[in-house]
Amino acid sequence: MAGHIARGIGRPVAALLGAAALALGAGSALGQAKEQFIPAIGYWVGPYAPGGSGFFGGMIDYFELLNARDGGINGVKLTWEKCETEYNNARGVECYERLKNKGPTGATVIQPLSTGITYSLIEKVTADKIPMISMGYGRTDAADGRVFPFVFPLVTTYWSQNTAKIKFIGMKEGGMDKLKGKKIVNLYHDSAYGKETIPVLDAQAKKYGFTVTHIPVPHPGNEQQSQWLQIRQIRPDWVILRGWGVMNPTAIKAAAKVGFPRNKMVGVWWAGAEEDVIPAGEAAKGYIAAAFNMPGTTFPVMQQILKEVYGKGKGEMEDRSRIGSVYHTRGVVAGIIAAEAIRTAQEKFGKGKSITPEQMRWGIENLNIDEKRLKELGAVGLMQPLKVSCLDHEGGGAVKFMQWDGAKWNVITDWIPSDQSLVRPMIEESAAKYAKEKGITPRDCK
Amino acid sequence: MGSPVSFFFEVVISGLLAGVMYSLVALGFVLIYKASGVLNFAQGAMVFFAALTFVSLVERGVNFWLAIAITLAVMIVLGILTERIVLRPLVNQPAITLFMVTIGLTFFLEGLSQGIWGSQPHGLELGIQDQPMQWLADRTGMFVSQFDLFASAVAAILVTGLALFFQRTRIGRALRAVADDHQAALAVGIPLKQIWAIVWAVAGFVALVAGLLWGARTGVQYSLTFVALKALPVLMLGGFESIAGAIVGGLIIGASEKVAEVYVGPYVGGGIESWFPYVLALVFLLFRPEGLFGEKHIDRV
Amino acid sequence: MLYREAGQFRATYAEDQQIFPLRQDRVAIGVLLVAAFIAVPLVADQYWLSALLIPFLIAALAALGLNILTGYAGQLSLGTAAFMAIGAFATYNFVLRVPGIPILAAFVLAGICAAIVGIVFGLPSLRIKGFYLAVATLAAQFFVLWAIQRIGWITNHSASGVITAQNIAILGVPIDTPRAKYLLTLSVVAVLALLAKNLVRSETGRAFMAVRDMDVAASVIGIPLMKTKLLAFAISSFYCGVAGALYAYTYLGTVEPEAFNLELSFRILFMIIIGGVGSVLGSFLGAAFIVLLPIALNLVVPPISEAAGIEIPHAIISNLELMIFGALIIFFLIVEPLGLARLWQIAKEKLRLWPFPH
Repeated sequence: MAGHIARGIGRPVAALLGAAALALGAGSALGQAKEQFIPAIGYWVGPYAPGGSGFFGGMIDYFELLNARDGGINGVKLTWEKCETEYNNARGVECYERLKNKGPTGATVIQPLSTGITYSLIEKVTADKIPMISMGYGRTDAADGRVFPFVFPLVTTYWSQNTAKIKFIGMKEGGMDKLKGKKIVNLYHDSAYGKETIPVLDAQAKKYGFTVTHIPVPHPGNEQQSQWLQIRQIRPDWVILRGWGVMNPTAIKAAAKVGFPRNKMVGVWWAGAEEDVIPAGEAAKGYIAAAFNMPGTTFPVMQQILKEVYGKGKGEMEDRSRIGSVYHTRGVVAGIIAAEAIRTAQEKFGKGKSITPEQMRWGIENLNIDEKRLKELGAVGLMQPLKVSCLDHEGGGAVKFMQWDGAKWNVITDWIPSDQSLVRPMIEESAAKYAKEKGITPRDCK
Repeated sequence: MGSPVSFFFEVVISGLLAGVMYSLVALGFVLIYKASGVLNFAQGAMVFFAALTFVSLVERGVNFWLAIAITLAVMIVLGILTERIVLRPLVNQPAITLFMVTIGLTFFLEGLSQGIWGSQPHGLELGIQDQPMQWLADRTGMFVSQFDLFASAVAAILVTGLALFFQRTRIGRALRAVADDHQAALAVGIPLKQIWAIVWAVAGFVALVAGLLWGARTGVQYSLTFVALKALPVLMLGGFESIAGAIVGGLIIGASEKVAEVYVGPYVGGGIESWFPYVLALVFLLFRPEGLFGEKHIDRV
Repeated sequence: MLYREAGQFRATYAEDQQIFPLRQDRVAIGVLLVAAFIAVPLVADQYWLSALLIPFLIAALAALGLNILTGYAGQLSLGTAAFMAIGAFATYNFVLRVPGIPILAAFVLAGICAAIVGIVFGLPSLRIKGFYLAVATLAAQFFVLWAIQRIGWITNHSASGVITAQNIAILGVPIDTPRAKYLLTLSVVAVLALLAKNLVRSETGRAFMAVRDMDVAASVIGIPLMKTKLLAFAISSFYCGVAGALYAYTYLGTVEPEAFNLELSFRILFMIIIGGVGSVLGSFLGAAFIVLLPIALNLVVPPISEAAGIEIPHAIISNLELMIFGALIIFFLIVEPLGLARLWQIAKEKLRLWPFPH
């Protein structure tokens, strides 16, 4: 009876939305030409809000620093707008579509901080020619820049970090040859993110002669009795924790419960922030995690943020004690990389100009942050040198390891390089498969 | 480690103890469903809200017991407000509408909790370490956590208390009357609205207890809302109206899912815990369609 | 005045059996279809099409599927997302493994796959009723996702279990722009919605409703319970399966199995409750409410708080949006416990007399 208007009834609601969107757009499009717009597509509510608020807080803090200290990049002010995704793919797509044309030249670069949203955006950014950085998350095989020209899993991918992790375990055991016959358990979040490292671990198990058992933890992972009973039965030498969210503190607590030593547990960097260990309390002492950015406020760049941004009553972190936390400095690193890529692009396409997303893509692809530049940036030790190329969209690949002492993270290794001889062929194989499915002809990088 | 036999017992025992934790959450659902026929989707959010309020108070220097008292007061006020603002206008509406309104409540509570107290996760120590009891491990090779035993004791006290409350007190009798038949209860002069407010307040108390025990294990963070999912198969198996069902259902689900995961899981790729409880509950329901302890309904044409 | 049926006579059976017997309805639906198919693609930009309208239409289709099962046949389901997942992953495999298969055929076949699984998980409905029946579809929800992640063949042995929708074309026209994707989605949804509208007033639909109202009574008057219930599961799962296929092929492009998690199932259930249980229109209204309202709040709340001159941290604003969303759900249900579709019905009755109420 009433179904006939069904199809259209969304429209009045949508019209209302559209009006609101227009009103908003008019407000912020008035900016001058000397602006560089970067959307902050992140999340400040929900289960992953601690990570989102820390990361995007750090990124924006760094942009604030550039604006306050240098007046932007060669006189081009950085602007941004936050959009709430609730870590939900559909909301992420909506934010992307909403913000991609803002600012004088559109969205310069996208950093969604969510593997799921990264997946959903890969095709869209490629079609819209907007570069996307997925720093330490997202699709590993996107490191093959020939197939994924607009996607940059910068610094290290999941596969690279995994080989570094095995190297670290080898170091602890006294040499890679000592890995023979060792038992390693890969405790992973039962999702695309969690499953991603299974093949690379299997390949290494074959290469080094250790055995690896993959044990999935169903989402959300707040109950792990049976997994840790299995681990107790296997009696592994090491447990690799590939967790996310509440699964991490629960795993650490459950390890204590079955008496598994925490200093034999190595977490991925999404299991290596303060938020992952503080809820586990005492049990987390000695737990080890990988990292591609170091926490702390001693780095000169962090000191400047404290002075120029927070000292002047600005700054994103409501809770001052979180400045310099793992997620916060990760955001600062993301800010540095974005800003340096803009700088690189400006050097080619005109200093003091707002660059387009396509020019930004060139800037990221030709990014070269060496030791000297790191020193100028005041970020030595905060992050590793980075050199991106058309072929290699990863750039760094090295990982440090940190240990929690009950109050803070202590760095316990130097940068451990990943095993690219193992990872790169796998990346190329996987990327080639994607190219075939999608009918993409890979670019020639010569 | 002990023999395969003692390992099997360890699996079963730790499963039973995990089941107690599920039951604690399920209990909150049962209380409200029993008295008002509402499947309260917001129970998970209430658990989170209670635990977060408590832990935030303690971190601001409030004494442990005072914090419990304040949180309890907050939960009671919340229960009364829910009854007055949300449920009273919806008396006699279809069950599915009442279910939906608690979903609105869920969003509201989730926003409120994180809005007031922030999104940072907190550690929570109740003073009992979640570690195996050494003397038992030495004698039998079995690891049984003292925290789990403590949680079970709390659950036992809670259930006994609730049972006494329902059986022996005047309010408890009124509650049971309301559960049986709203209109008849009204007719004999039982103040329905007060009873509902009391039930929501008691459910708030149960949420606080569950929040503290779960929070001590996983930390107090947004993910506490997910514990509600653990209660779903327990409710299906035990029946929505039965306190005994929540306990027995929790024990069955806990023990069997651990046994299945540890002994069958490795052969099929693991992770079967995600669906096993539902399939188990389904099999039970095929034989007893109203849950283990649910009330039998007779259809009349 | 505006909506009056007086003077419209039906002289033949054919006229009496039209889907939309009232002239006003026919005009309205015609205008809407023209607007949706012609005006919107001309006017709307990419943001509208790919961020608002396509997800709205897909959500509405899934809600419609669930409404057939829950709203018309009275069988509660919490496994909608699992059937959507089957649709998405089945389409992927049909396109991958059957060279040259037309995409619409793949959608239909994927829907049939979902329907078959739906029948399997619908079997317990012959014995279990009410809230308890949710356990069967919950089992489906978790089991299906688990199976997709475990059986490598389904995802073509992708390491992470993520699939990427292939490029599609209809009669040689590539479906690659937001406009083309919107039109494809709209066509599928329009056809299926019309079929649903027809279904619910047919003998089958009436049998569904009889079973919903009281299944024992329905069987007494000779409605075969098993056939009716299983048919409801099959049709509903078919709709959800097609919605899932659209979700992968016209909306997100790349999907991971967890995109179809329990949360999505719940969201679709929310849509039909808030929109109106047992109403085709309600599925669309509910989808608009659940999909579009949070975005609207996200657009509206920050400028308002800015205009009010209050400096509120972003996290608080995001939480405030969540609270307002929850409060609005409560508010609308208190205003009209039977959902938004019922509000429209009341409005229509008022329109009959308006502007002369006597």
